[in-house]
Order: sequence, then structure tokens, then C-alpha cells
Amino acid sequence: MDILLQQIFNGLTLGSIYALVALGYTMVYGIMGLINFAHGEVVMVGALVALSVMKPLAAAGLPGPLVVLVALLVAALVCMALGFTIERVAYRPLRNAPRLAPLITAIGVSIVLQQLAMLIWGRSYHAVPPLLPAESHEVLGAQITELQLIIMLVAALTMAGLILLVNRTKLGRAMRATAENPAIAGLMGVDANRIIALTFIIGSALAALAGVLVSANYGIAHYHMGFILGLKAFTAAVLGGIGNLAGAMVGGVLLGLIEALGAGYIGDLTGGILGSHYQDVFAFFVLIVVLIFRPSGLMGEKVSERA
Amino acid sequence: MSALLEARGVGKKFGGVQALKDVTLTINAGEIYGLIGPNGAGKTTFFNVLTGLYTRDGGEVLFAGSPLRLGSPHEVTRAGIARTFQNIRLFGNMTARENVMVGRHARTGAGVLGAVFRSAAARAEEAAIRRRADELLHYVGIADRGDDLARHLSYGDQRRLEIARALATEPKLLALDEPAAGMNATETAALRVLVEGLRADGVTVLLIEHDVKLVMGLCDRVAVLDYGEKIAEDVPAAVQKNPKVIEAYLGGSVA
Repeated sequence: MDILLQQIFNGLTLGSIYALVALGYTMVYGIMGLINFAHGEVVMVGALVALSVMKPLAAAGLPGPLVVLVALLVAALVCMALGFTIERVAYRPLRNAPRLAPLITAIGVSIVLQQLAMLIWGRSYHAVPPLLPAESHEVLGAQITELQLIIMLVAALTMAGLILLVNRTKLGRAMRATAENPAIAGLMGVDANRIIALTFIIGSALAALAGVLVSANYGIAHYHMGFILGLKAFTAAVLGGIGNLAGAMVGGVLLGLIEALGAGYIGDLTGGILGSHYQDVFAFFVLIVVLIFRPSGLMGEKVSERA
Repeated sequence: MSALLEARGVGKKFGGVQALKDVTLTINAGEIYGLIGPNGAGKTTFFNVLTGLYTRDGGEVLFAGSPLRLGSPHEVTRAGIARTFQNIRLFGNMTARENVMVGRHARTGAGVLGAVFRSAAARAEEAAIRRRADELLHYVGIADRGDDLARHLSYGDQRRLEIARALATEPKLLALDEPAAGMNATETAALRVLVEGLRADGVTVLLIEHDVKLVMGLCDRVAVLDYGEKIAEDVPAAVQKNPKVIEAYLGGSVA
């Protein structure tokens, strides 16, 4: 079995999920300069809501992909409502406050969501029923599952759609205008509050999708799954250049690859001293190196241009 | 002529500084109305109050017969007032055409779902917005720069683009904040032709300008602000002879 190719497949799968979540961070940052640390928890809520929908439907004997689709739809609607509420309740009142205030609020929201999820879904790990086709195929000596292909395909299509939305539609134009200068965008008839709310809603829908995909990939979901995933996705967004959509995608995929390759080879590289559970060290080490040489991320604009 | 905009007793304070004191003026439909005054006289402050960027401290503004809800920029735009800025404020990372297209927001439907699912109506609207943007770029004379990023345009073209963007909101009143600032003689002459064309096309223009020659040559009526107060309002020839105005500009009393 070809370990390199195998880890590349695994990395691309993981990376597509990171990219979806990273987009949520980067969209919000791009438009209002806020790091929404609660975003990872929205992913978790998406995964758990989807799970709650899947169980009874699957028990009723409906076909797997249909169940997942319905669950995804419900999870997306719940997360969109959640994202809208978070912005309205936690961030809008602080729109003109010093930057630290909304940042701390974001951490607060994150803790609240985690605790709420613990009360609703309990502290245990939930097994996610394998509803999507997971048959394994051999490609050039490595195994790739249909589930992995689905994850990559869905993530790629979603991201392509988002790029089109932002670059080709009126809504996207309003988003970019608001990101550049909210006051002037307002003067042009763009309602910044509405655009910001929509940004949260779109980001949350992506988070719900990521939640469903990541729980399907690992086969488990639990109330604190959002924390480390959110942190990784945030890292991916910074790696790619926060505020930049393409950057979030590149950063996400790259981080997934680095992690998978790190996990695959770290044992060999260190003569067995460090095991594959040190994969996160790789990810954050790369982040530090990139930030030393390119503080604005791989595809980030120079700070002076954002003035 | 009927009054398009009536400001009554508009005031604005910054801390202890009274930037605008009881400013009352009337702009008639179809005229080019000049607002001049020495540096720091409150011209731009008046502009910012009028266009909703600042809240006002007293007074009221009637626009087209109804009170203008100030302090909410997009509502002011919807009411029919558009402006340009002394220090140009374009969306630098968007193309010239996109800048003008953003200006169409005030006058087109909102349809989020249409945008997401690319409905026929949304596509037709998008095409209409693009067509109108190209017309406006042509109108201000930069039709060939549509695909360039706004920040790559020359200074004079950026000024024109700002006017095109403002026109995209279909204003009844177009407020130009020092449009000739930093322009050379040729550019200023071209600007003058453009503004005269606007008047001919029925747009009322409020012009703040340092270039007194341009103001006197272009405006139907002129108001003069000094230390936040209106000290004169008349046709250009009369304003030029007004002793208060001469004093404000030259300092000291008139011989």
C-alpha cells in the first residue's frame, strides 16, 4: 500500500472540511474584522442536529442518502437561525466597541453553545450511522472510500458556488463593498446590517454542511467536537490569509494535507519518539513558520492595502 | 422654481466646537447651488449631516417636501441624495463597473434567494444593472475603464467614477464635495462640461468648491459659510461684492 498517496487522500478529505469551516471564519472577518470563535460550535450543533434527525429517519428504513440530505437540510436551517441569532444578540450591540469586546464575547458564546449542547445531547460520544456509501476503491495502490470522494466533491462544489455568489451576484458585490467600506456601501443603498446578517447565515450553512461531513467521516459526534475543529479551521483561514476566500480554501486543504502527512511520517522522522497523535504539532508548526515569513498569510493582502 | 431641499436651522457640535450654527438654506430644483467658504467653515460638515454620515444637533431638513430622516445613509440615498467625496472614496479593490453597479443597489430589488438560485428575474436584473453601469461610465467619459480596478484609475478618472457611482443611485440632488480639488486646468474644464451636462439633464447639483472661479462660473446661486454660519446667499455676482464675504476671505475689514 502506498502510504504517501493514502495520506494525501486522507489529507484532502480532512482539508476540504477545514476549508468549509475556514470560509465561515474568513467571511465574517473580511466583512467586519471580527474573529467569530463561536463558529466551530456552530459546526458541532450542525453535526448533532443532523444526527438527531438521522436516527429516527434511518430507523424508519428510508434510504441512507435521502436521510442524510433531509438531516443536512434541517441542520442547515437550524445553524442559519443560530448564526443569525448569535450576530444579532452577541455581536451587533458591540459593533462599535473596542475589538477585544466582541472577541471575548465570541469565546463566551462558544462556551454557552458547548454547554447547551451538552445539556441537550449529553456528554457521551454518539455513533453516526453509516448512511452514505463507504465502499473502498483502490487507486494507484492506495484506498479511497466513496465517502471521501463525496466529501471532496460536495466541498468543492459548495466552494465554487460561494465564489460565484461573491464575485458574480448583487449580493456578493454588496458583501465586498461592505467589507471595503461599510459607510460608503451604506451611502450606496447597501444595508450593512442586512449584509452582515446574511454573511453569518451563509457561513453557518457552510458550518452545518461541514458538521455533517466531518461526523460522517469519523463516524462520531459529540458536544465538544467543535472546539478543536474550529481552532484548526481558524488556523487554516489565517494560513491562507484571513479575509480572503480563496485563501481559506487553500489554507484548509493545505492544513489537511500537512496534518495527514505529518501523522503518516512523524514516527519515521523522529525514530519513533513522537507518534501520529502529534499530528497537530505539525499543523501549528507550519502556521508559525508561515506567519513569521508572511504575516498576512499565503494569499493575504498586504496590511497597508486594507487600510 | 420649486424648492428641492430646505435646511432649517441645522446645527452640529463636535465637543465644544460649534461646527454648524443654525444654517438655513434652500436649494431649488434644477439649479447648481454652490457652497463656499474658507477652510474649516463647515462646508464638509454640512455635507456629512445632509447625507446622513453625521447626526445633526438641531434643525430639520426637508427634501422634496418631506422631512429627511438624517443619520441613516442608505435612507438618505433612497430619498434621492447622492454625493462624492473630497478625498475620493471608491471601492478600490472592485472594478470601475462594479463600483457603479453597487450604486444601483438603492434602486433595485433585494432578492437574496434570487441571487443564490440565479432565478430568471435575478439574471435579468443583473443584466439591466450592468447595462446601466456601462451607460453611466460612458456618460462620465470612462467607458473604456470598466474592467480596471478602481484604485488603478487615474485621479481624474477616479473623480469621474465617483460621479458615475453617485448617479447610479438616481439622485434628485447630486452633492459634489470639492470635485476639482487636485485637478489641473484641463481636467477642471472637462469637469465643468460634465456638471453643466448634469444640469441640462435635470439633476440638481450642490457644489462645494475651493476654486472660486469655477463656482462663480458654474453656479446659479452661491451660499457662503464662515465659522459654521451662513453669511451670504445670492447669485454669484452679488456674493462676490458682499462685504461680509470679502472680509471672510481676505480677513480684516473692507476698505
